Amino acid sequence: MSAAAPEPKANMGPPEPRIDGRLKVTGQARYPADVPVSNPLYAYLVTSAIARGRITSFDLGAARGVPGVADILTHENTHGDVKQPKFFADGGYASTSIRPLDSAQIWHDGQIIALVLAETYEAAREAAHRVKVNYVEETPTATFDDAGASTQLAKEARKTHEDPEVGNFDEAFRTAEVKLDEWYSTPTQHHNAMELFATTCAWAGPQLTIYEPSQFVYGLQNGVAEQLGIDPEHIRVVSTFIGGAFGSKGSTTPRTALVAIAARRLGRPVKLVATRDQGFTIATYRAETRHHLRLGAARDGKLVALSHEGWEVTSRPDAYMVSGTDTTSRMYAVPNVATNVSIVHADRNTPGFMRSPPETPYMYALESAMDELAVKLAMDPVELRRTNDTMKEPIKGLPYTSRSLMQCFEEASRTFGWSKRNPQPGSMRDGDWLIGWGCATACYPTHIAPATARVRLTPDGEARVETAAHDIGTGTYTVIGQVVAEKLGLPLEKVAVLLGDSQLPPAPVSGGSNVTASVCTVVAKACDAIRSRLGNPNAAELMDALKRQGAGAIEEYAENVSNGPPPESLPLLYKGAVKMAGGATLKDRIQYAFGAEFVEVRVHALTREIRVPRAVGAFAAGRIMNTRTAHSQLMGGMVWGIASALHEATEIDRRAARYVNDNFADYLVPVNADVNQLDVILVSEEDTKVNPLGIKGLGELGNVGTAAAVANAVFHATGRRVRDLPIRIDALLA
Amino acid sequence: MRPFVYDRATSVEEAIKAALALAKKPAGTAAAGPVNFLAGGTTLIDLMKLDVMRPERVIDINPLERAGRQGRIEASPQSLWLGGLVRMADVMRHPEVARDYPVIVQSLAFAASAQLRNMASLAGNVLQRTRCSYFRDTSWAACNKRDPGSGCAALDGVNRPHAVLGVSDHCIATYPGDFAQALIALDAKVEIAGVGGMRRIPFADLHRRPGDAPHIETVLQPGDLITGFEIPAAPWTRRSLYLKVRDRQSYEFALASAAVALDLAEGVVRGARIALGGVATVPWRAREAEAALAGKPLDEAAAKAAADAAFADATPRQHNAYKVPLGKATLARALMQAGSMEI
Repeated sequence: MSAAAPEPKANMGPPEPRIDGRLKVTGQARYPADVPVSNPLYAYLVTSAIARGRITSFDLGAARGVPGVADILTHENTHGDVKQPKFFADGGYASTSIRPLDSAQIWHDGQIIALVLAETYEAAREAAHRVKVNYVEETPTATFDDAGASTQLAKEARKTHEDPEVGNFDEAFRTAEVKLDEWYSTPTQHHNAMELFATTCAWAGPQLTIYEPSQFVYGLQNGVAEQLGIDPEHIRVVSTFIGGAFGSKGSTTPRTALVAIAARRLGRPVKLVATRDQGFTIATYRAETRHHLRLGAARDGKLVALSHEGWEVTSRPDAYMVSGTDTTSRMYAVPNVATNVSIVHADRNTPGFMRSPPETPYMYALESAMDELAVKLAMDPVELRRTNDTMKEPIKGLPYTSRSLMQCFEEASRTFGWSKRNPQPGSMRDGDWLIGWGCATACYPTHIAPATARVRLTPDGEARVETAAHDIGTGTYTVIGQVVAEKLGLPLEKVAVLLGDSQLPPAPVSGGSNVTASVCTVVAKACDAIRSRLGNPNAAELMDALKRQGAGAIEEYAENVSNGPPPESLPLLYKGAVKMAGGATLKDRIQYAFGAEFVEVRVHALTREIRVPRAVGAFAAGRIMNTRTAHSQLMGGMVWGIASALHEATEIDRRAARYVNDNFADYLVPVNADVNQLDVILVSEEDTKVNPLGIKGLGELGNVGTAAAVANAVFHATGRRVRDLPIRIDALLA
Repeated sequence: MRPFVYDRATSVEEAIKAALALAKKPAGTAAAGPVNFLAGGTTLIDLMKLDVMRPERVIDINPLERAGRQGRIEASPQSLWLGGLVRMADVMRHPEVARDYPVIVQSLAFAASAQLRNMASLAGNVLQRTRCSYFRDTSWAACNKRDPGSGCAALDGVNRPHAVLGVSDHCIATYPGDFAQALIALDAKVEIAGVGGMRRIPFADLHRRPGDAPHIETVLQPGDLITGFEIPAAPWTRRSLYLKVRDRQSYEFALASAAVALDLAEGVVRGARIALGGVATVPWRAREAEAALAGKPLDEAAAKAAADAAFADATPRQHNAYKVPLGKATLARALMQAGSMEI
């Protein structure tokens, strides 16, 4: 046991090493772009240099003259080949309704406008650089406050949207003894997974195989089928290993259908690996947000009023929104709540899911406001959370299935040494370095989705489990293997886990932190069916029972839809549609995982550099399947949280509505030197109501709250409250 | 990346001859012209992939590492010689350089990543090109450095990383390096092999401010090859340091940096050498700051006055005004830190 492989406490599974770890660290794991195909052509994208307008003409002469160029696809020769995709939030599969290469219209910076195909990657790249494009440019709208931005209430943009409210906020806030009224903002951020957006398409007659890193192979299969107008049965998606995704590989992006039509047109497999900068515009991102928070409290710290208004940027045609007020309105016991979400359309690519999409920006605002309120109340910020802790959400009065928030605060604050904090800002100092301590609440809704799996047990003591789930670096292979090993009484190495292939039984999108709950539940069900067929012997006697039966291998196919999603969501899963349920969407209960994060920052008195020497997070998330992979997920989340507070921001040229720092040198993510002591504490928790195994997903829990904890610590160090992320030197200089 | 001819040089003379064969461009554009020397390749290859640099011929000079002094570090009581093909990491590990010229070692150690420092040559390092996003991305039409006369998208664009010193109406791109600040502060000379043989010029004369021709970055002529640097020993080199302030703690360019070297007697400044990075269009010697310190006791007030003098002529734009107070704070801190060094 070690910090990376913590000793399991009650209701926690062993820290089994990842069963795919050796393959990955020895380079044997084959990521989609690594899969060899016979005689491929290489594709290179040409993307638009303007954000709004029309293409008037292409000059392709020089590009076509590059030796090895096979073809160049533009809207002029592919118009109509790709059908109009339906935006996922409108019931489709696509990350955007924008259809590149269909017309001359430009919707956003970096839109795909041509696809160059050549015998080598180098020739395709050179030719792409030689493509000349003539545009008629219109003045684009980049973001909030820019001319041409159109604001729309979320409830108008989406009929199903509700703004949570209860009581009478206006009156309660007016008469509150202590009030806070502030604005916060979060910047544009891109996922920037290590693995680039890659797609290989190979046709064999009517049959199309797609190798692409995907968080949802059934969704991609059906989404591409829709765009090509072919039967989904004719498409297979293979995504065995995924080099980071964070939400960016969940929906069908426009590139896949384009690569497919190129491969069909040229009669050869086509391989695309988009560049890092293209990744900023051909997929999704976390849009910038604004928040207006008003908190009213009594002198004793009890909240009496909460209003959270949010604004989010989206593209012209698509109403993407994250609406984190569903969460922030329910975090604390407050009887009068008003919320409101608006979206602001600009000439941008459509944003999309990015690790804890609603909670990351909205909880940053709430937890910063809570810290400011604590200062106004002259109250310890942990005590303010304790005073307003609740086992019932305030909007409908639904009970939390479990909520160990204060246990998390207690364990984390003890490890951190919070009791030694002098609350006076600027009071703690080490030479030229100002020390600040801050904390915040982390939370993430607990989801489950329908899922299916097939488990096969052979008399020689080996099991194989098949399900079209995905391991996006989270440990899915390992925890599924553990379930089978435990249920069937086998050593883990005797269990083969097959994932990431649309020919396997369908599993939901790897999103919303649902997979461990959804897939482990159905895999356990299949194992139970095998046990039942053998007369339910105990695990140690299972193999003997199988051999006694003398019937060879046993295979069971299981489906599960339970704990929230309606029965009709199961057949939908086979069509690549996911109806997950949980969080605050259930009728009789509310279910979240919680955590508490504490951060120390040091700010140089003269030059104002901000360092994070240590952070402590304690998290309770029901049944922990594997303490090692859980620790890793939460630690990675906290690193991301530090980054979102201090480093990550996509810069936009407001005149051109174009991203400027679209590369790994200029889009800063933390390096090892930025991350020092990180303590992750797993807090024991049992929750029998969320799902049969009591699992709460935690992949998106660790990065919620960190940014607020950092900002609160910066205030404590300097006395300066920075409400707009990221917090950089500029904001702290005189 | 465009196809190019790859040559391997076997001697300095041959390298120069090969470079001249294709040279058509005017003086100073050696780095952007049809021929480029290849050492570590950490800037060149990057920019070729981005289609920003399009050499027709690339002459690999790495074979010259073992010939002559280009691959050598030589320390004597009078001076320090650093060959142009010495790798950044090799200088960092050199004990005498570390003892006698800490500012040099620190400027290299705080630059780039270990992998890059193992590859990048010193001569290539001083010629590394700006990180201005509008320069490095050819989809931006306006960049006077990349396409003379096309304008400057950075003037009113996202210019948080850009320079406040040495700027012009044609270019505000920041000189990105660190090592050059140490060289310019220590009065280094650069040795250049060219058509007429070897010559030595002050390092301070190597780079040109953008003025109205930002595409001409140095005084190098076609065929010129930097063979090394000579740093004179001086009473201030041991009390020297490099302070680099940046958005993350490693693997990142400076928002502001200061190379300082002090000769102190009883706490009074007998001689000061100061250069600034991250804030200027070229390696920047802050002579006004040096003058402000000369003969004064080194205290916080004197350090701050020197910092004020260094930035008296700063010209900030919309997003980089913070570089003035940051640059001043960085210099003041560096001076105080150098003053308290045990030597």
